[in-house]
Amino acid sequence: MSPHLRKRLVVVGHGMVGHRFVQAAVERGLSETYDIVVLGAESRAAYDRVALTSFFEVGADALSLLPSGDYEDPRVTLRLGTNVAELDVASRTVSLDDGETIGYDELVLATGSAPFVPPVPGHDLEGAFVYRTIEDLEAIRDAAARASTGVVIGGGLLGLEAANALRQLGLDTHVVEMNPRLMSAQVDEAGGRILGRHVEKLGLTIHTGVATERIEGEEHVTGITFAGGETVPLDVVVFSAGVRPRDQLARQAGLAVAERGGVAVDDQLRTSDPHVWAIGECAAHQGRMYGLVAPGYTMAEIAVDALLEGAGTFTGADMSTKLKLLGVDVASFGDAHGTTEGSIDLVFSDAVAGVYKKLVISDDGRHLLGGVLVGDASAYGTLRAMVSSRIELPKNPEELILPASSGAPGVTLPAEAVVCSCNTVTKDDIEGAVEGGCESAACVTTCTTAGSTCGSCKPQVKKIVEDYFASQGKVVDRSLCEHFAMTRAELFDVVLVHGYRTFDEIVEAHGRGRGCDVCRPVVASVLASQLNGHVLAPDRRVLQDTNDAFLANIQRNGTYSVVPRIPGGEITPEKLIVIGEVARDFGLYTKITGGQRIDLFGARTEQLPAIWKRLVDAGFESGHAYGKALRTVKSCVGSSWCRFGVQDSVAMAIALELRYRGLRSPHKLKGGVSGCARECAEARGKDFGVIATEKGWNLYVGGNGGAVPAHAQLLAGDLDDNELVRMIDRFLMYYIRTADRLQRTSTWIDSLEGGLDRVREVVVDDALGLGTELEEAMARHVDTYVDEWKATIEDPEKLRRFVSFVNAPDTPDPNISFGSTRDQIVPEASTGPVSLGPVSLGTSIPVGRP
Amino acid sequence: MQRLVAICRLDDIDREGGVTALVDGEVVAVFRTYADDVFALDNFDPFGQASVLSRGIVGTRGDRDVVASPLHKQVFDLRTGLCLDDESVRVAVHPVVVRDGVVHVEAATASAP
Repeated sequence: MSPHLRKRLVVVGHGMVGHRFVQAAVERGLSETYDIVVLGAESRAAYDRVALTSFFEVGADALSLLPSGDYEDPRVTLRLGTNVAELDVASRTVSLDDGETIGYDELVLATGSAPFVPPVPGHDLEGAFVYRTIEDLEAIRDAAARASTGVVIGGGLLGLEAANALRQLGLDTHVVEMNPRLMSAQVDEAGGRILGRHVEKLGLTIHTGVATERIEGEEHVTGITFAGGETVPLDVVVFSAGVRPRDQLARQAGLAVAERGGVAVDDQLRTSDPHVWAIGECAAHQGRMYGLVAPGYTMAEIAVDALLEGAGTFTGADMSTKLKLLGVDVASFGDAHGTTEGSIDLVFSDAVAGVYKKLVISDDGRHLLGGVLVGDASAYGTLRAMVSSRIELPKNPEELILPASSGAPGVTLPAEAVVCSCNTVTKDDIEGAVEGGCESAACVTTCTTAGSTCGSCKPQVKKIVEDYFASQGKVVDRSLCEHFAMTRAELFDVVLVHGYRTFDEIVEAHGRGRGCDVCRPVVASVLASQLNGHVLAPDRRVLQDTNDAFLANIQRNGTYSVVPRIPGGEITPEKLIVIGEVARDFGLYTKITGGQRIDLFGARTEQLPAIWKRLVDAGFESGHAYGKALRTVKSCVGSSWCRFGVQDSVAMAIALELRYRGLRSPHKLKGGVSGCARECAEARGKDFGVIATEKGWNLYVGGNGGAVPAHAQLLAGDLDDNELVRMIDRFLMYYIRTADRLQRTSTWIDSLEGGLDRVREVVVDDALGLGTELEEAMARHVDTYVDEWKATIEDPEKLRRFVSFVNAPDTPDPNISFGSTRDQIVPEASTGPVSLGPVSLGTSIPVGRP
Repeated sequence: MQRLVAICRLDDIDREGGVTALVDGEVVAVFRTYADDVFALDNFDPFGQASVLSRGIVGTRGDRDVVASPLHKQVFDLRTGLCLDDESVRVAVHPVVVRDGVVHVEAATASAP
């Protein structure tokens, strides 16, 4: 379609839902026919408002949903800090604050909601805030620095989040709620009481059933006076009394709005004007506004579908929620308040333990309609699935909520029960994945996406997998191989505890037979991680895979490739020339790798020492491209050259690569360092990725490329150089100690009970008290590192094995021959074994010798 | 006619390691087990189609001494040359004699072209 025939789609609002809409529009090809113009009122691109409270810990960059600040698709234009003043549906235009007019063919309203500030006297004094944007939080933080007492008005979900934030900022915190209980939308009265008790234990003061008369103060807030006349002195007040849909544009334009606010939309999210759509919190479907992000995302997808003339419809959303608030599990699902006619409540309450559970059951006692869980929400996954699948309740439904019954005894979910409601994965899908070869819950999550979004169903997924195996009479065999009936992590501990130094000691004490290609390299890796001796030491070398045994990567024709280390991808012209000369002189095929270094292919066993002699003499060392070890730390050019860079990513990448070089691990390890949020080093595709912020570094972990790519997740934010190194030290050592063989960091994290949160507990919070030990183990590695290639070429005993034939060390193997493609060598296809004779010798091309 | 070719000293082969030897123009992999038994197989890996078996990891499967190809890990019985992962495949075995600490491999005659 030629440009002048292209249509224009204008999106008003760039919050989470607006962003999701644009993503879906690009993914599904809407930008093939539309130019998309996104108008965002905030100065920042969309960010994760659900995790807003973590802003104080991780900083703004980590919350961003669009760190590069722009969409990759050139047909999408994002204009931030742009306020739309007016919408004219007759002329299909929007007018901006500055008078500019933008025409549209289709318009999507994703304006979200605004905090509701009750019109009490004093609500506009200095020191009064709302809790909605990063700017709000920055202002609250600044004010808290000079304050001692803070009050949050509103004891709902967001109010408690805000209270938690004030508490973290060190304020004596009060929560004021007009309703008789906290979180009145989600929990019932008794549940609210238990919740209140939990919250009070944390040192917060709760005022429920209390109306606010006025905020005291001249210019700045000084206190709050309740309807009863009581006054509490304060320095900071945060309004969190609910939100209102931002529907003013629609109102002015004469579009239909719902009685309680929100732009009225049909099942396809179309407003009363056929070319205007509304999604997210500004929309009202059947008069109802949804204040959760998941329904907003669903709306975004359906609106895109409708614009593509698809048939998808929005039919309301599951408002079930499970969250951890101030350390307390709270969940509500289905008809939590028992509004269904004739419904019966079944309640378990233990005020001492702080646990409250309520089930709402149909009048005939046969079906579960909903419920509330406070203090222990472990049964949430099963119970929610029971509501959505409408299966019959067991004979004694109270067992579902009695203590220690997270497994929900006696309940067998039907195959069609939706276990993961985020991604609509049924029990049948999960069992299918297990039948198809998945042996763990983590594998099921990868294969089916069950549990990959909010994670609340993970215990359920695990149980279904375990039950399935139990029903088949199968035990998941986690033995390394026939020689060791233990996992790699168990083996690691055994070696550590006993202080073993050789394979013989280990296999005699804990194994059987003489090992194999699976366990021998594992033992070599474990010994290397603990002792860091040379991989070709006499009792070690016969444990190594051929790559480690020859310190090079074997290729299809039995030759090897050679990769010298180029830390951070930075190299002088002189060194670059040496690599070129070596490649030329030995006739090696040369290719630049994805890890910012240079790979030289086609080296014969007997050539490796001479090649490495030249490289070591020029100051190169092993790049460990052959090992289950640290490979590279990739970097962008960083602040020294790049006009966008905020930190020196090259220097940091070099420091990290030199620190962890030679570190043996369960699988290969890669790192990356980006000098700004544009992320040119693709650090989030690495096992450990570091991204610069204005204040330091954000550390992401668990990324990889390959067949199952994974995006690294934020572990900790705004770290200084020393903190960053300490966190990576701990993370890598924790991984090396506990991961399975050939398990990348991403699958290792998934396999841990608690996932990334668990890693954060151990690495950042030092919950196991292992921090120092892990750091010391890494320090030992760093202190004892030697370049294994330099050590090899200096040791005749190690060099002895780098020959073509034990009885003809300089005669090349006649089976190796090369052709030529694009002016470089390539392996020639083999037609079977070749004997050495005058004729066969001639088939190999001469290779230069130094 | 068959004859023995001296390859190297037994000590030149790591215990549970292998070396490559040239025996009458043939490329042969010679392995030494934990019990100091020595075996020789054709070095050519019929799966990977490359001359690499001597560089595989030596170990055991059940009570058999085996080597795993360094390319794709198929396991071969050192005594019989049989591939234990695909019994339709076998590599040739060369008789070995260790005499006075020197490893000799028997060369098959008339097999060269």
